[in-house]
Amino acid sequence: MRQPLLALLAKEPAHGYELKLALEQTFGQAYPSPNIGQIYVTLKRLEQDGLVRSQDVEQTTRPNKRVYELTPAGREALRSWADEPSEGPRVRDDFFIKLILAPMAGLADQMELMNRQRRHYLGIMRNLSQLQADSDPADTPARLLIEGAILHLQADLDWLERCQEELV
Amino acid sequence: MSRRYLRYRPGKGAQGGTGGRVAPPCAGGSGGSPPQADTSPRASTALLRTRGLVKVYRADGVTVEALRGVDLELAIGEFVAIMGPSGSGKSTLLHVLGGLEPATSGEIWQRGQRVDGLSTADWAVLRRRHVGFVFQFFNLLSNMTVADNVELPALLAGATPRQARKRREELLAELGIADKAGVAPARLSGGEQQRVALARALANEPGLLLADEPTGNLDSSNTRDVLRLLRRAHAGGQTILMVTHDARVASLADRVINLFDGMVADDAKIMPIPRSANGVADVLELRG
Repeated sequence: MRQPLLALLAKEPAHGYELKLALEQTFGQAYPSPNIGQIYVTLKRLEQDGLVRSQDVEQTTRPNKRVYELTPAGREALRSWADEPSEGPRVRDDFFIKLILAPMAGLADQMELMNRQRRHYLGIMRNLSQLQADSDPADTPARLLIEGAILHLQADLDWLERCQEELV
Repeated sequence: MSRRYLRYRPGKGAQGGTGGRVAPPCAGGSGGSPPQADTSPRASTALLRTRGLVKVYRADGVTVEALRGVDLELAIGEFVAIMGPSGSGKSTLLHVLGGLEPATSGEIWQRGQRVDGLSTADWAVLRRRHVGFVFQFFNLLSNMTVADNVELPALLAGATPRQARKRREELLAELGIADKAGVAPARLSGGEQQRVALARALANEPGLLLADEPTGNLDSSNTRDVLRLLRRAHAGGQTILMVTHDARVASLADRVINLFDGMVADDAKIMPIPRSANGVADVLELRG
């Protein structure tokens, strides 16, 4: 949540509720609808870290609102986050470790493990296909997110096939 | 657009009788024994069943065991995907089940009748009436129009030209390619050609549709279209057995059979994973 808030504030100063709306608008369905309390807590921490600063703006008919803006340190933090390559997805460690250790520990048959995992992946794939069919074609972030998840899952299944060929 | 024409009509295939055109069921290994009634408990719902199906290729002294004892059962109305690494026997299985290649040993039962011992000619008749085929590379007749490609199976099966034309018009309209009737297949996109192939496969309202990598040669948007059509045929009651290496495609099936080294390694229904209310945002949590 920290980086998205910094990124939104890089565009213009805003108060908490505006940030919530902006997040929803930018990501469409592709981001869990942020909780306003969580946004305020994050802003407070960012302020403690010196990445944003805030001031109360008086409103005539309502209580004052607190408007946040990026500090130079915040802009710097945002830039180094953007410049850094993101960690690639990792192979599902838990399954991998299970697969390698299971026969050694006499726990389970590897073929059985792989079959169970494949069924699980296919179940997820079914959900993703359904999500894809149900998603709003105009919601580009959501479409891209689903497509990314599908491609990752396809790779997981291909990898499972490789395991099957090597281990059985 | 009517869905009527993609519906499986039990009256056609499920009667057991085949209008006298198909040779009596023969027992492959037991030469000339009388037709065997299928008395297994699930026989009533099994559209297709195999026991110990084996396919061995021999060439130049090299022997390849493509299928090493496959037992499977397909119920009427089921949509089953066959997956597995390349060389695991997927396509061979489909070809043997459709009679495009003879089994080396083992039994194949379709609609309660044993068919593994049928002659090439009798297989052709059986396919024409009860089995539709869709291939990865479409296999349309290039010197005929789209309309003729789709009408031919009906004409071969004894329909009048008028009936064949009517059915063709219905199918092409249903698959969204009515305007391509007079065109040569080569002038169509891959997705359109596969739709023509699907129309041809469904022309005689087969009880069983066999599809070998039907989306293997298509881009993702055409894949989606063909899948939508398969799903719709399935929703209308069409029994489908489909070979695919694409998990997206396989996940639409009710059941996935995993072949490995010529044998069934897994055979299970696909169970969707329960989802929370977050919808698309859940996808963020799915990453490993």
